[in-house]
Amino acid sequence: MLLAACWLSFALLSPAQTDTNVLSVTAPVGVVLKAGATAEVKLKLALRAGYHVNSNTPSDKYLIPLRLTWNPGPAQVEDVVFPKPQMEKVAFSPNPLSVFTGQFELTTRFKVPATAAPGPSALIGKLRYQACNDRMCLTPKNLDVAMQVDIVR
Amino acid sequence: METGGFPTLSNKSIFGKSVFGVLSIAAVAVGLAACSSSPKRASAKDRKAAPDFALKDATGATVKLSNLKGKVVLLNFWATWCGPCKVEIPWFIEFQQTYKDRNFTVVGVSMDDDGWASVKPYVTEKKINYRIVIGDDMLAKVYGGVESLPTTFVIDRFGRIASSHVGLISKKQYENEIQRLLEVTADDSNRSVGLFAPGGLLAFVRAPFARAN
Repeated sequence: MLLAACWLSFALLSPAQTDTNVLSVTAPVGVVLKAGATAEVKLKLALRAGYHVNSNTPSDKYLIPLRLTWNPGPAQVEDVVFPKPQMEKVAFSPNPLSVFTGQFELTTRFKVPATAAPGPSALIGKLRYQACNDRMCLTPKNLDVAMQVDIVR
Repeated sequence: METGGFPTLSNKSIFGKSVFGVLSIAAVAVGLAACSSSPKRASAKDRKAAPDFALKDATGATVKLSNLKGKVVLLNFWATWCGPCKVEIPWFIEFQQTYKDRNFTVVGVSMDDDGWASVKPYVTEKKINYRIVIGDDMLAKVYGGVESLPTTFVIDRFGRIASSHVGLISKKQYENEIQRLLEVTADDSNRSVGLFAPGGLLAFVRAPFARAN
């Protein structure tokens, strides 16, 4: 019976690889940027329970840091601000790792040139991350981030 | 008189059904526990051929999987950025050292995007004593889409996948599988059945005609 159950389980199981979409990003809507001014824009990130991503300052030289980059657009990036990383103990590492878990925000400070043309526009960015749980790591991912903005005088 | 819950003749059939039901549920639960996590194993007759590849190692020599027929091969997809992979590497170094003279080898397939730039220093730093090649999306695809690391395939002497594991498992579990495959000769290759749980060997039904080398 045990063997039969095992075989049944084999038959029912999908491929061994896990669902790898563990991070979601929510960009704000209705962003208004004033020409000649600076503005902070926050992206909300939510990571699946049990997973972490390396922080922007990982604990080991081989680890892949969290990166947010923006394409050239109507606003210039002054800075990307990451939250304070958590130092988390995971089963596979003797030392705590610098990571982010759960929900957190990334803030980008944009400077809008005074000469920016008013009207609707878009900011396009890319989030690179590498996530693990306590047993496995997912291959690094690049997530596109798009945000509609309105440039005003 | 109360019988303290023990079955009486009158409720024997109910007891029998209950026991059967409980055993059925337990068997399915144990079966799922044994099989529903990442480890996947096939009995010898159901094993599929491991997809062949030919890739260069760090010295420029070609590693062709089909040339390793006759050996038990532990094919490990890993990367320098993978923490759990780092745990396994010393085990694999030890396996390579211990079993290399018994027709066993480890082949590591690095999935680092920047290839040898990261991998060569890492191999030197960790003193890896088995062959490493650089994998790509195509190889990952033919091996079922390797998106989580470590992913490891244990390949029998006949080039067939005996088991696969996604994620970190125990050293003992790998060692059990390697030793079991090393014991199987050509004549036995279709006759043994293993039943494993994530923590290790749950049961091993060894065909009476299976013999050790």
